Amino acid sequence: MSQAATDAGRFGRFGGQYVPENLMAAVEELAAAFDVAMADPQFVEEFNDYLRDYAGRPSLLYRADRLSEEVGATVYLKREDLNHTGSHKINNTLGQALLARRMGKRRLIAETGAGMHGVATATVAALFGMECVVYMGTEDVRRQELNVFRMQLLGSEMVPVSAGSGTLKEAINEAIRDWMENCQRSHYVLGSVCGTHPYPTMVREFQTVIGRETRQQCLEREGRLPSHILACVGGGSNAIGIFHAFLADTEVQLIGVEAAGRGLDTDLHCASIGRGTFGVLHGAASLMLQDEDGQVAPSHSVSAGLDYPAVGPEHAYLHETGRAEYVAATDEQAIDAFVRLSELEGIIPALESAHAVAHLFAMKDQLDPDSLVIVNLSGRGDKDCQEVRQILEQRGNE
Amino acid sequence: MNRIHEAFANTRQDGRGALIIYLTGGFPNIEESAEFIITAANSGADIIEVGVPFSDPIADGPTIQAAGEQALAAGASVRKVIAMVSEVSRQVAAPLVIMTCYNPILAYGPDRFAADAVAAGVCGVLIADMPPAESQQWCASAAGSGLATVFLLAPTTREERFAEIIELTTGFVYILSRQGVTGVRDSLPPGLPELVTRVKQHTDIPVAVGFGISNAEQVASVCEVADGAIVGSAVVGAIAQQQSREARLEAVQSTVSELSKGTEPFLSQK
Repeated sequence: MSQAATDAGRFGRFGGQYVPENLMAAVEELAAAFDVAMADPQFVEEFNDYLRDYAGRPSLLYRADRLSEEVGATVYLKREDLNHTGSHKINNTLGQALLARRMGKRRLIAETGAGMHGVATATVAALFGMECVVYMGTEDVRRQELNVFRMQLLGSEMVPVSAGSGTLKEAINEAIRDWMENCQRSHYVLGSVCGTHPYPTMVREFQTVIGRETRQQCLEREGRLPSHILACVGGGSNAIGIFHAFLADTEVQLIGVEAAGRGLDTDLHCASIGRGTFGVLHGAASLMLQDEDGQVAPSHSVSAGLDYPAVGPEHAYLHETGRAEYVAATDEQAIDAFVRLSELEGIIPALESAHAVAHLFAMKDQLDPDSLVIVNLSGRGDKDCQEVRQILEQRGNE
Repeated sequence: MNRIHEAFANTRQDGRGALIIYLTGGFPNIEESAEFIITAANSGADIIEVGVPFSDPIADGPTIQAAGEQALAAGASVRKVIAMVSEVSRQVAAPLVIMTCYNPILAYGPDRFAADAVAAGVCGVLIADMPPAESQQWCASAAGSGLATVFLLAPTTREERFAEIIELTTGFVYILSRQGVTGVRDSLPPGLPELVTRVKQHTDIPVAVGFGISNAEQVASVCEVADGAIVGSAVVGAIAQQQSREARLEAVQSTVSELSKGTEPFLSQK
């Protein structure tokens, strides 16, 4: 296991296991099963086989020449969008489904925001012949119709959640409730590096393949390490996945890009690190958006996958120790980057990933021809085309 | 002996179990929730749990979640619930226990919360998402102010952990009758008496059972094996169904009176 302080799911003062007692046994069972599995070469080999033969790994590290020219540095894109199902989410769902199978659990529960994690879970459920139920906020169901259909096509039950703001946070609440009720036969496939221990560690370990490949590919292609790595951060799984292999390489600047929504000075954003405070949500202590009474504040982002009011505890820790830097990109910047990357490289990024691209444009002045920047392109943008088209039409009318 | 232990000792002396009623603080508004506490105490509740609503209550079922959302929309907060409790605590003999999630307490400050709760006449606190392993900071704050802490114990809790839970418990042990969330259920799980008996082998402190208990018969079966029964959703649901202030108060009175019949020994011997 890698170097960050993971003492029973603790990352400095963040992390932990803040769960009701009726979940403790399930959480303990999962943590123990995960440790045993990761120490079993057969499990690791099986996981790697599925990553290669089913997800299509390794994903490409692509030198984006027109983009490079535009920002005056060498820019590579880590093409997680080319994985099966169209995002990095499949890495984690393959790992967790294999673990669930090992634990004798034949039913998968998942929450989803943008729908990418829901689709990735529904996909592995179909692959392994498991039952699957996906919880999704009603607002996200509206924003991500195509992914709703994909999940149903894959044989999953999709349950809309209308409580609260009808987004990812409420979907997680419902998924946790289902798990509490059915933990004896069900495994909860949490999609990000947040929630109670062991999830932040487990999801990270299933995603670190991104960074290991990137490090090797970059050394092969350029003979040196990158100067900067950019990744979007909602819960933070793709960012942790690419950051982790570089934590010891202190000369590599790790930059997480949160969603600034309508702007950090409004109440409509998801910048849990940029604007959040210490709190406990969904089983972990971390930084989160909340009011002075400790009620979780509503978050906003044009990107459903970043629309979450907290952040994985390890990101809070990397922020506090200064190893990673966290910035934010607005809805408008992300839409512009979505369009610009499509025009420049023929690659339509997910709106989530477009936040990382947006910061690349924003930091142009800090780059020079020697800079070697890697952007984690965590997902593809097909799912967002309808939403972006509407936004662009609105812009045209204004 | 703290007031929670006294309440159990009194019911035991009467040869019956204790009825513990949960009410969401601030539901449907602060004023009415204060009246409900007084009415519940006058209708047979031996201990009253007052919920401080949280925006993301993962352990609550639909009834209590909806009540919490309504309370928050009506302006409920930690400060307002504590202020409300300090008004009613002097008017009721039943000890009051605050039930909430950890984040509202963290935001308020655990030391300050414990001190203000005690000053308001609160006897104990139950934090639904705080297992023993995460309770160090809270237990220090509670001990400093003389507040009792209630911990949960589930059907799936490994017996090796019973001792840890019991050792930290200074109020009563709250046994969850089943997995899952709060809510009204038709029947009690068959393994419940055996679970309660196993817990009681480890301790003399009071043991009460909650989750899914909704009528006098279920209260009676629980009181056969445990020191008390906890009812939440059945009362909150009865309140939520009513359209007027009078009807809501009447619902609390009739539901709690009816439930309290289950604590009487004659019913349990039927």
